Amino acid sequence: MSVRAASTALRERMDGAGVTERAMRARPGVRWVLLAGGLLFAVALPWLMYPPIAFDIACFALLAIAVDLLLGYTGLLSFGHAAFWGTAAYTATVMGERFGAPLPLAVLAAVLAAALLAVPVGYLAVKCTGIYFAMVTLAFAQMIFFVANQWRTVTGGENGLVGPPPELFGIDLSDPFLFYYAGLPFILAGIALAWRVVHSPFGRVMVAIRDNPSRVQALGYPVHRYKLGVFVISATLAGLAGGLFAISHGFASLQEVYWTTSGKAVMIVVLGGMGTLWGSVVGSYLVVQLEYFLSGAGFGEIGLVTGSIFVVVVLLFRRGIWGSAQHLLRERVQRSRVPAERRSRPGRDDAEQEGSAP
Amino acid sequence: METGDTTVIRARGLVKDFHGFRAVDRVDLDVAEGTVHALVGPNGAGKTTLFNLLSGFVPPSAGCILLSERDITRLPPERIARLGVARSFQITNLFPMLTAREHVELALAGHAGQGSIFWRSDRLLARHAERTAELLAAVGLEGSAADPADTLAYGQKRALELALALALEPTVLLLDEPTAGMGAEDVDRTVDLIGRVRAGRTVVLVEHNMNVVARLADRVTVLQQGQVLVEGSYATVRDDPRVVAAYLGESHADH
Repeated sequence: MSVRAASTALRERMDGAGVTERAMRARPGVRWVLLAGGLLFAVALPWLMYPPIAFDIACFALLAIAVDLLLGYTGLLSFGHAAFWGTAAYTATVMGERFGAPLPLAVLAAVLAAALLAVPVGYLAVKCTGIYFAMVTLAFAQMIFFVANQWRTVTGGENGLVGPPPELFGIDLSDPFLFYYAGLPFILAGIALAWRVVHSPFGRVMVAIRDNPSRVQALGYPVHRYKLGVFVISATLAGLAGGLFAISHGFASLQEVYWTTSGKAVMIVVLGGMGTLWGSVVGSYLVVQLEYFLSGAGFGEIGLVTGSIFVVVVLLFRRGIWGSAQHLLRERVQRSRVPAERRSRPGRDDAEQEGSAP
Repeated sequence: METGDTTVIRARGLVKDFHGFRAVDRVDLDVAEGTVHALVGPNGAGKTTLFNLLSGFVPPSAGCILLSERDITRLPPERIARLGVARSFQITNLFPMLTAREHVELALAGHAGQGSIFWRSDRLLARHAERTAELLAAVGLEGSAADPADTLAYGQKRALELALALALEPTVLLLDEPTAGMGAEDVDRTVDLIGRVRAGRTVVLVEHNMNVVARLADRVTVLQQGQVLVEGSYATVRDDPRVVAAYLGESHADH
């Protein structure tokens, strides 16, 4: 029963993200302007702030988007994405350190490691729903943490693992400003993949599974296999983000596989808005920036502040930042439509006219 | 009027226990190919549980189910759906935020094996536009294609359930109270529709409205307290004293 209630609550919180997206799609101009603005902002970011922080924002944005594919679009709360982020971080660092792998190869290995790990973890986790899914993913992440902590010869245990200074085709990228531009295309490719998945036939099935899994089964879809597919895609993106994060820092530490990293990703998603993708980018900007600001100000209890903000958002703005903005926009669009609809309502077949155009 | 002599669904000794409550009790059921077979009985007779067993949503405690001689007893619902058994639900079971058109597209995409395509735009589904429009028109929803399901009237939701089942082009159609809660006009249209779509199919129908049963069913199975009470043609069943007793004060007035 409680699982059912949780999914209902989630559905209420989602509140028709799809409807708004449809409204936005009706105006492709708006979408392109937003996209161009976002790209411009992404390119300009290292000029506007401390470059390593700019790249952290990009990495956590992609990690949060990966979590959002499961949480916002499929209705599965993963509390263990640190496992994929962290495994990728160690893999990328080990590839560079031990095998002298060039950056693209290290990233590729990191992504593959995360994806491979996701197959067994996802296979077992998707058999559960609601809070049990969160618990299973958390349990696996804690196992990975344990392995990373114990396997000192490879991971360096509590000391972490130092990687080589990043370089690409002979160009030294140890300057974070340069590295940002080397890493950004990977992140953007990851975001583009997530966007493609969400707006594909597969994405339609994801949303349908989130809203009513048993009905999807009745339509002949193997729901477990679809959930596993989303899980692996999600972990792959988390791995891409984690691998790049470790390379950019030249360091992989236990922090990468610690549960707080999973929690931070979930927090970013909820803050930005579940089921919106772009909300994760906004959320990542705010959370990473805030943490940087607080640690710079010598404030020790960062969790106290971010945690309080999280509580306020969950209680007051359940749709998150992006979701609330979408909701306001949608309400305005609807309000401007209602009078027109009322005029033509008596014959109720007119409702079709609005939607049938495309 | 029996049109088929091949058995499509054969259930033997089906039992379903829920925590000590026996919802379905040693039910044998034979559904002949091409017939409309109605399951009737008072509330709590086990009709919907029997549907859930046949469509794989609930595993039986005992017994077996054959679909054209193939054992489907413990197959998951999606496998049974893929074998050509589509069902509708008694309690409206839709996707509140998807439009009527998107519902049908989802069903058609699954049937066409396109659901796992994650690398292409969902505009791909536009290729089902014609079939979608056809199905929506068939159930009288052509005017509501762009409406989200949670804004549809109750009768329209029932109609959409039917369109979804039809989209799977099933050989066996399991309809759980397709006319429940509909006005007289919608009931007539639904009966006409089922009369049309039954061609080339086998239909199993749970129905409370005896008029609908009289008009559609070739064969009627009466369930009571999870057991088969009587089985036969509508006329035989209607006149059976045990059925009259079981129904007394219930849908007796519907005749």
